[in-house]
Amino acid sequence: MAKEECISQWHKARDTSTVRNRKVFPSPEQTHQSLIAPASNSNKQGDDAPSSNGSSADLSARRRVDPSNKLLLMVVTGLSFATRLYNITEPPHVCWDETHFGKMGSYYINRTFFFDVHPPLGKMLIALAGYTTGYDGTFPFVKPGDKYEHHNYWGMRGFCAVLGSFLPVFAYLIVQELSRSATAAAITATLLLFDTGCITISQYILLDPILMFFIMAAVLSMVKFNQQSYRPFTASWWLWLVLCGAGLAGALGVKFVGLFVILLVGLNTVGDLWRILGDLSLSLMDIAKHFLARVVGLILLPLFLYVTIFAVHFVLLNKSGPGDGFFSSTFQSRLIGNNLYNASMPEYLAYGSSITVKNLRIAGGYLHSHWHLYPEGVGAKQQQVTAYLHKDHNNVWLVRKPDNETQSGTPDLVRHGDVIRLEHKETTRNLHSHLHQAPLTKKHFQVTGYGINGTGDTNDLWQVEVCGGRKGDLVKVLRSKVRFLHKATGCVLYSSGKTLPKWGWEQVEVTCSPYMKETPSSQWNIEDHVNPRLPNISISLLKPNFLEILLESHIVMIRGNSGLKPKDNEMNSKPWHWPINYQGLRFSGVNETEYRVYLLGNPVVWWINLASLGLYLLMVAASSLVIHRGIALQQKRLEDSGVLRGGGGLLLLGWLLHYLPFYVMGRVLYYHHYFPAMLFSSMLTGVTLDILLRNADLLLCQPYSDWLQRGGQMVLLFTVLYSFYLFHPLSYGMTGPLAHDPSSAMAGLKWMDSWEF
Amino acid sequence: IQCLPLLVTAQVDLVLVLVSLLSLWTRLSRLSYPSSVVFDEVYYGQFVSLYMKRVFFIDDSGPPLGHMILALGAYLGGFDGNFVWNRIGAEYPCSVSVASLRLLPALCGALCVPLAYLLTLELRFSHLSALGAALLLLLENSLIVQSRFMLLESLLIFFVLLAFFSYLRFHNAPSRSWSGSGWLLLSGVSCAAAVGVKYTGLFSYLLLLGVASVHTWNLIGDRAVSHCVSKVLCLLVVPVLLYVFWFYIHLSVLHRSGPHDQLMSSAFQASLQATTHTDSPGSGDHSCLPSGCLCFRQELVVDTPPRPIRHGDVIQLVHGMTSRFLNSHDVAAPMSPHAQEVSGYIDFNVSMAAQNLWRVDIYNREAESEVWKTIVSEVRLVHLNTSAILKLSGVALPDWGFRQLEVVAEKLQKGHSSSLGWTVEEHRYGTSQEQKEREAELHSPTHIDVDRKISFWSKFTELQWKMLSVKQEESEHKYSSAPLEWLTMETNIAYWLHASTNAQIHLIGNPVSWGVASLSLLAYQLLATVYTLRRRRGLKDLSDGAWQRFVSLGFVCVGGWMMNFLPFLLMDKTLFLYHYLPALCYLYVLSPALLEHIRTLRSALCVCTAAVLVAILLSYWNFCPLTYGRPELSANQLQALKWRDSWDILYRRR
Repeated sequence: MAKEECISQWHKARDTSTVRNRKVFPSPEQTHQSLIAPASNSNKQGDDAPSSNGSSADLSARRRVDPSNKLLLMVVTGLSFATRLYNITEPPHVCWDETHFGKMGSYYINRTFFFDVHPPLGKMLIALAGYTTGYDGTFPFVKPGDKYEHHNYWGMRGFCAVLGSFLPVFAYLIVQELSRSATAAAITATLLLFDTGCITISQYILLDPILMFFIMAAVLSMVKFNQQSYRPFTASWWLWLVLCGAGLAGALGVKFVGLFVILLVGLNTVGDLWRILGDLSLSLMDIAKHFLARVVGLILLPLFLYVTIFAVHFVLLNKSGPGDGFFSSTFQSRLIGNNLYNASMPEYLAYGSSITVKNLRIAGGYLHSHWHLYPEGVGAKQQQVTAYLHKDHNNVWLVRKPDNETQSGTPDLVRHGDVIRLEHKETTRNLHSHLHQAPLTKKHFQVTGYGINGTGDTNDLWQVEVCGGRKGDLVKVLRSKVRFLHKATGCVLYSSGKTLPKWGWEQVEVTCSPYMKETPSSQWNIEDHVNPRLPNISISLLKPNFLEILLESHIVMIRGNSGLKPKDNEMNSKPWHWPINYQGLRFSGVNETEYRVYLLGNPVVWWINLASLGLYLLMVAASSLVIHRGIALQQKRLEDSGVLRGGGGLLLLGWLLHYLPFYVMGRVLYYHHYFPAMLFSSMLTGVTLDILLRNADLLLCQPYSDWLQRGGQMVLLFTVLYSFYLFHPLSYGMTGPLAHDPSSAMAGLKWMDSWEF
Repeated sequence: IQCLPLLVTAQVDLVLVLVSLLSLWTRLSRLSYPSSVVFDEVYYGQFVSLYMKRVFFIDDSGPPLGHMILALGAYLGGFDGNFVWNRIGAEYPCSVSVASLRLLPALCGALCVPLAYLLTLELRFSHLSALGAALLLLLENSLIVQSRFMLLESLLIFFVLLAFFSYLRFHNAPSRSWSGSGWLLLSGVSCAAAVGVKYTGLFSYLLLLGVASVHTWNLIGDRAVSHCVSKVLCLLVVPVLLYVFWFYIHLSVLHRSGPHDQLMSSAFQASLQATTHTDSPGSGDHSCLPSGCLCFRQELVVDTPPRPIRHGDVIQLVHGMTSRFLNSHDVAAPMSPHAQEVSGYIDFNVSMAAQNLWRVDIYNREAESEVWKTIVSEVRLVHLNTSAILKLSGVALPDWGFRQLEVVAEKLQKGHSSSLGWTVEEHRYGTSQEQKEREAELHSPTHIDVDRKISFWSKFTELQWKMLSVKQEESEHKYSSAPLEWLTMETNIAYWLHASTNAQIHLIGNPVSWGVASLSLLAYQLLATVYTLRRRRGLKDLSDGAWQRFVSLGFVCVGGWMMNFLPFLLMDKTLFLYHYLPALCYLYVLSPALLEHIRTLRSALCVCTAAVLVAILLSYWNFCPLTYGRPELSANQLQALKWRDSWDILYRRR
């Protein structure tokens, strides 16, 4: 109970402190128009007295719009759009990952099915932006550096830049909401406005500005929603809740990194519910209502929106394209132009047919072989057999009888229990297994291609088994689940789903498993079936269920994501590089004659952020210890400490959640993965530095401390501005000699050897 | 005067004694059976042999304390290190005292049982619960198997339990007593030992630090600071110092050079006492050793009179065996196409002239000297024509390059990197110009003796860094398993199979106790959730004391399980069932304590408990043949023991 009072008291106290602080500590930008005379400083002690007992909480004051504050927000907005949209069409060629995301935008416009490791929302929005600004989807986006020429690319870039322009604005609002200090908000906005990294990453056709827009929107709504907690179930309460849910769905719909912000909002909500649960004035019914409202707003609504995004995605992409092979046969049958669309083929599997065999585990791939052998030391040095996700003539196998006889007339049909050979059409080797360890799954046996022109040995014999069938049942093409039992060893043909190393072309391992349990990994279906001596019959497949497609595409995406392993020779970025701004990314151009854009954060901003993180921890530790030891503090310091731990803690949590998970990720990492975390770090810097400067009176006595505070703010502002002046060519393009040349515009600015400009 | 009737009162907990005796009996009886190499003994054994021979080695799997304890056992048993550990199942010769090799791990394993008993008491639960915990540990087949051989897990578990027990002893002791500080110190020492045995000991150490800092935080509000100082000293400073101390012993015991030398820097190698160098067979056609040292012998082109090479000199390097010059061209290197190829120049009359001049850049010349000194100087070789720098790319060449590491020249001058630096390891001054003579000279052993001592600290940091950064190819093992399979004991590990019969030893836990452990974990979490939610609504089901006990039980046991299990989910390593054993021990302490906690339905519970205990005993008995490797079972009996389809039990076909 006592604790509750404390909390509510603190909330109220915070409200009044806002008003007071605004009077006393105008931010540098607003000094020239501040209407309040410095004389109000003398009121400070008087102000403290009523607020310390928490009685004078005037909620109306909070809603009273401060004109200077509004003006400041407008300035931030204006600057943000100006810095992001300036020079947007330069360079007029494909930069860095534009080659992927622009291409995928084109796929949407052309309605061709493709596969990508990210969820579809970002690319759909890019496509929409392109479509509405007159891009026709004809530019091929082959590789970075290709000239756009007459194609309309500015719409897509402009759209990303507009979303990117909202980031400083959102950050401003979030910090203002959390710290109740316009100065803190202004510091944050300054850092983000003049960060070359944030500018560069917003200016191109990339997913990151879209992702960060949704992340910040969700966080802003969350913070606003927290602020509404004193009047639950009102319209604005619902509005922020729903907006937060929508932001979450958007963030997850662009990239799976959105999961981190979902985690942040989730933790915040748990804390919120914990607070409500402890409020004994609420009945259990009320608590249930609160709980259900959050379930609806933050779980069901985002889930619904997310699923809708996928529904739109599948409806839009109805033509066969490069991504077909990743999906199951039934899925492919709904793509126009795919060979399974309105497929017509012999209905039952027959001897002498050419077939492709697809594994039934999701994204299991086609049974595949090629001329390459297993390397020395990996089982027997015979021809590789793998599972391959793309369609290819090496996926074709011939169904043979064990004895090599050829028959005339109508071919015999294959039945449950028959012993067959599978001959690889291209290399004429038989599917073969023997008692050697498989390359990766050591408990299983190796599967190879063996023999020549179909002549091998008894290890080439496989017994066909239709799942759920009886002896003599026919094997239905596309619809039967088939298992292949190895006659000699009694194991079953199996796809482990593990990616082979380089020697296996990073295809998927195929083994023979001695464990007989029926799993999709050991089940296969016959997909293509060509036999000129049998009549083709139109086969209508069951239309796949939407949920099945959804699940399937997710498993394919997750597997694709974890499959993005760092390449051996590539210089790959490590998470510890990022906060110290160790190395950037080349967006465009390498040598002197080219137009170069280099994604690198403004080092001054990034290093301030890094230092502030340490400072923040020190300040929190010191203030917590002092409070815990029960040392009496002024009300003002208690409030500051509350902001540090409450708002600052939330931002620190956000930073941690968006940064630490990268340490345990196996996939290849890039510098731009840090940008969401950098936003949180900058906001935390705003809060920390503001409170540090405000407590300058710990060091100096009254008038001097105010001077110190103002001086500090000014120094900060001008340092950031000057560094932006120095580094702005990184974003807006450089030509001429590289930085190590004294005649370069960037001469002397290569402060770290690892920067490449 | 008043203390004159001199009395000695001794209290002996007979239950504890009994449990300890049983534990010693289950772990120590017939330790020398089977007298052949069992499972990972083949791995640890080689290190024991190297200790006996005082030969230096690096084991990247963990710090040296565990190996040293195993070696101590061998030393006490008079093992001379002359046994080749080459395959599982190899018979030990009579000269090797098998029991002494296995004695120390078995002893530690046996002591875990009384420690679990004491730990439960320190958690403020009853003697009955303590007995329960001890029985669960006592009758756990997997712990018995893991203790009875020359393996490290039982040592780890012992030190972890000891650390927690002694910390709680300290915490429960009246403040400011000397025995309290003694317990705290013991706790710090056993933490250091646990981390020193295996890096996974770090998980429990971190948990202990967490518990200690929560306690400290609660105290710091009203107590003097001196209390914290002793904690910091005992739980932070002492473990770190001891950890370094293990390495000190390790390095001072192993002073002879051996097979792993090439992984270390030249200066490090120079500090090792050379064993009699026999000429390595077939060294004639390799121009590079696997460690990435470049074995070109440098020769001055103008060599009258000989003068030392200085910083900035331009030199050529001639390969001693083949007389080819170290050369580089602006051609892509085989494995790192962004860098230049480096080769021994052969004049094929193609349009490429030799570009074999290199400038010497001694980059530690401020610290050392302008003159190129053997071993000490760290040198960069700058190619004169292209100003590229000779570099070890770190990529292994394919078969044609004998899987050795690739050397390239790279232009980018990205600050300092150790792959750019080279040191001279062997240096001799030869005068012969004739190829034959030169070869003969090079085959003769080295004569230089650079007696350069590098400090212990630089040796320690180098060794530690190497241990953490050496990455070996991780591939799946036949018996490896994924962490999630451990919860239900999906897989087992076959440790040993008799050479001719069906007698075999498996790492299989007692399925009944395993199930009890997992259930109690679930039950605790469920109860904790219900209690916390209800407390938050002001409904206090438990008295404050009982609640405190419940919470600290969760902190230690559930926390211990989490710290010892969850990190494995993120690990990219080959994992085995035995990695789960430390986590399992925490659950065994948890189960009986939790049972004591929910004793409201007393009579029904007693019956159930008794039934469960009997079941545990029976299943222990049932699996004994696979635990002790005797008696031998028939194929049918083995089949009956295969309780899960996924277990691999071996049958010998006759």
